[in-house]
Amino acid sequence: MDNKLRQRISVGLLAGSGLLISLGIFRGEVGIVFSKAINICLECIGLG
Amino acid sequence: MASLNRRWVQIIAAIGSNGYWPGFRDGAIYQGNLKKVCVPGLNCYSCPGALGSCPIGSLQAVIGSINYTVSFYIIGFLTLTGSIMGRLVCGWLCPFGLIQELFYKIPTPKMRLKGLAANLKYLKYVILAVFVLILPALWVNSAGMGAPAFCKYICPAGTLEGGIPWVLFNASLRSAAGFLFVWKMVLLVLTVTFSILIFRPFCRVICPLGAVYALFAPVSLYRYQIDEHRCTRCGTCVKTCKMDVVAFEKPNDPECIRCGDCIKSCPHGALRSEFFILNNSAPTTDD
Repeated sequence: MDNKLRQRISVGLLAGSGLLISLGIFRGEVGIVFSKAINICLECIGLG
Repeated sequence: MASLNRRWVQIIAAIGSNGYWPGFRDGAIYQGNLKKVCVPGLNCYSCPGALGSCPIGSLQAVIGSINYTVSFYIIGFLTLTGSIMGRLVCGWLCPFGLIQELFYKIPTPKMRLKGLAANLKYLKYVILAVFVLILPALWVNSAGMGAPAFCKYICPAGTLEGGIPWVLFNASLRSAAGFLFVWKMVLLVLTVTFSILIFRPFCRVICPLGAVYALFAPVSLYRYQIDEHRCTRCGTCVKTCKMDVVAFEKPNDPECIRCGDCIKSCPHGALRSEFFILNNSAPTTDD
């Protein structure tokens, strides 16, 4: 793969990731992650 | 990067991911704001010491929630991490990778995943698609919520970091341990056993997070380069690589965890690592 093309893809992915993260925060996904993570996930540890 | 002591970075990353010591002392889970953010490696957020969230657990949590079938927040995080570091995360920052490497240090005859067995590397992409993306979205209960299928039925990191400590700490949770816990303990024992014989078998065959980061291998900013003027194709790097990557042909192979062993071993100094690719004077290959 051409180096310039790779750099463009990388920069595009970085910009896209920022956009996705912002969109996720705007939609309230952080709250879902947080509520799952601050409680013991019984299913995750083989107890539920 | 290769000059840094990788083992110490791994230990610091493992402690940093699980640095909530009151959790181990008091049997209480951390409930602070850091849990809103994911750690880059596979690390169960139900571990008593966990300070951040597991990206694979979080991805399933959002996909399995009532409101959403896709997580922009976690996909964005994985894209950010993957496009900067790729599988450098696996080699340097993942606590469960470190655990497997420590078991591999037990002196026994070692096995390599070669020939037909090498194709097992594709299984992790199937697991990512089926257990992380499809089942949590489609296999839902009457309320419309999907279970975190990978965590529930497969993940040995959750059993080791969350299941075992909580069963030891909490009598009521101990009484809840049934067939599923036994099943996950069997998977954990198998993972540990294979880790003694094979270098990082879980990362190579099962890990959906490794599969995600592997997708970024062709474009991640941190990458390896070969100086074609210096490389004699002697094969020293291939013999050194525990992930069975042919570094002089494909230095940025999706299976490469950027441990740096090939760079250290090259007798001609033909391999190097770098961020971005700027003004190479010598012909290089990095595909």
